[in-house]
Amino acid sequence: MSTAKHEREPLFSSKNRKLLTSPLNLNNPITVQVLGVCSALAVTAKLKPAFVMAISVVVVTALSNYIISLLRNGIPPRIRIIVQLVIIALLVIVVDQLLKAYVYDVSKQLSVFVGLIITNCIVMGRLEAFAMSNKPWPSLLDGIGNGLGYGMILMIIGFFRELFGSGSLWGFPVIPQSFYEMGYKNNGFMILPPMALILVGIIIWVQRSRNKELLEEN
Amino acid sequence: MYSNGYIFRYASIMVILVAAILSAAAMLLKPAQQRNEDVDKMQSILAAAGLRDVPVKDAIQVFNKSVTDMIVIDKNGSVVDDYKDDNKQQSRAFKINLKDELYKKSIGKDYELALYVIENDGEKIYIVPLRGVGLWGPIWGNIALKSDFKTVIGVTFGHKSETPGLGAEIETINFQNQFPGKLIFDENGNFTSVRVVKGGIANIPVANQIHAVDAVSGGTITSNGTSEMLKNVLESYVPYFKKQG
Repeated sequence: MSTAKHEREPLFSSKNRKLLTSPLNLNNPITVQVLGVCSALAVTAKLKPAFVMAISVVVVTALSNYIISLLRNGIPPRIRIIVQLVIIALLVIVVDQLLKAYVYDVSKQLSVFVGLIITNCIVMGRLEAFAMSNKPWPSLLDGIGNGLGYGMILMIIGFFRELFGSGSLWGFPVIPQSFYEMGYKNNGFMILPPMALILVGIIIWVQRSRNKELLEEN
Repeated sequence: MYSNGYIFRYASIMVILVAAILSAAAMLLKPAQQRNEDVDKMQSILAAAGLRDVPVKDAIQVFNKSVTDMIVIDKNGSVVDDYKDDNKQQSRAFKINLKDELYKKSIGKDYELALYVIENDGEKIYIVPLRGVGLWGPIWGNIALKSDFKTVIGVTFGHKSETPGLGAEIETINFQNQFPGKLIFDENGNFTSVRVVKGGIANIPVANQIHAVDAVSGGTITSNGTSEMLKNVLESYVPYFKKQG
């Protein structure tokens, strides 16, 4: 609970900066909190949808965290989950409508993924864990940080899956034709969701072996 | 603690506010969205006829100039409307909702279909809009035919929610480039459509290869949906094609 009253805390105090940076590594929503994994499997076969999904999630987590934090003292606890969902759904639908009206080609790329943000547990997880008990500004930063942490993992997985699965990056072929002539083949398994799960596992492994504090005691 | 009355008031006000915001957003953005959809439809029709990569800002102008006729046909293949004026968006053919018409067809009611004609170097190209179902949602597209109503000139496909990298590959040029030159009728004049064949057309009899293309690996249901869409929609135009030919 926000009991300590900070008089004129600087906007980017070290505590606030930490809200932005810790989800990128030690408190990453996907690899440490293990949230939002299913969408990370679904949208990462290609880099571009992964990127647009990442941006959209950043916008939705940031704004929903901010709005819920503004409302936090008036929300009746018994219906708080419903209130949170309504706010998330509102934002997602508005984002979707705006994309359709002003950047139609991007919206066509995203189609289902935008709607899927509503069910992304990172968004609601942050509302429950952070925005309900913190001031609007830190909540906004927390939302941006977690959105970025999620997006970063998406981009890494998308990079490897598109590179090895389709031999391209951002839709452009990057593996030279001569490789194929020498017998190189795209790995079809990379395009399928199980490979994304394996990649997430590898990222978790690498991250934990480099950050001993993430290891459990037993 | 919050009373039940407060909770009810809170929920009601929240729902009404949210509904108001969403309706306002939908109404304000509707014209822009409709325009985008129209432009997208035009680009797709032009692309099927070989005019790919028409920029968004020129699409309406190019469309109005290239398309000479916007024909509406009924289920017997008779022409009921032939629009030749400039403002093609206003034509009856452009406003036909293919989804509704195909539904009417499926329950045995009368239906109307659109057919677009583009003239290119003195030769007429006939473009048929398509609509069907993929794995996760609707798929659609356009197929352009030569004036013999047999030979495919080109296709475009789009989809709402097929799996990226798998079913969504129907949207790629590589997949669509298989279609030009394929025939939708055999030499006896029987309608064959163009099938999307799992495992590749190398595995089917040579005589049938001209009526088939390779499926997308890993996208079997989308591929089957594409076959079914082509067959279902083109079949409805066969009476018209026969009358013309």
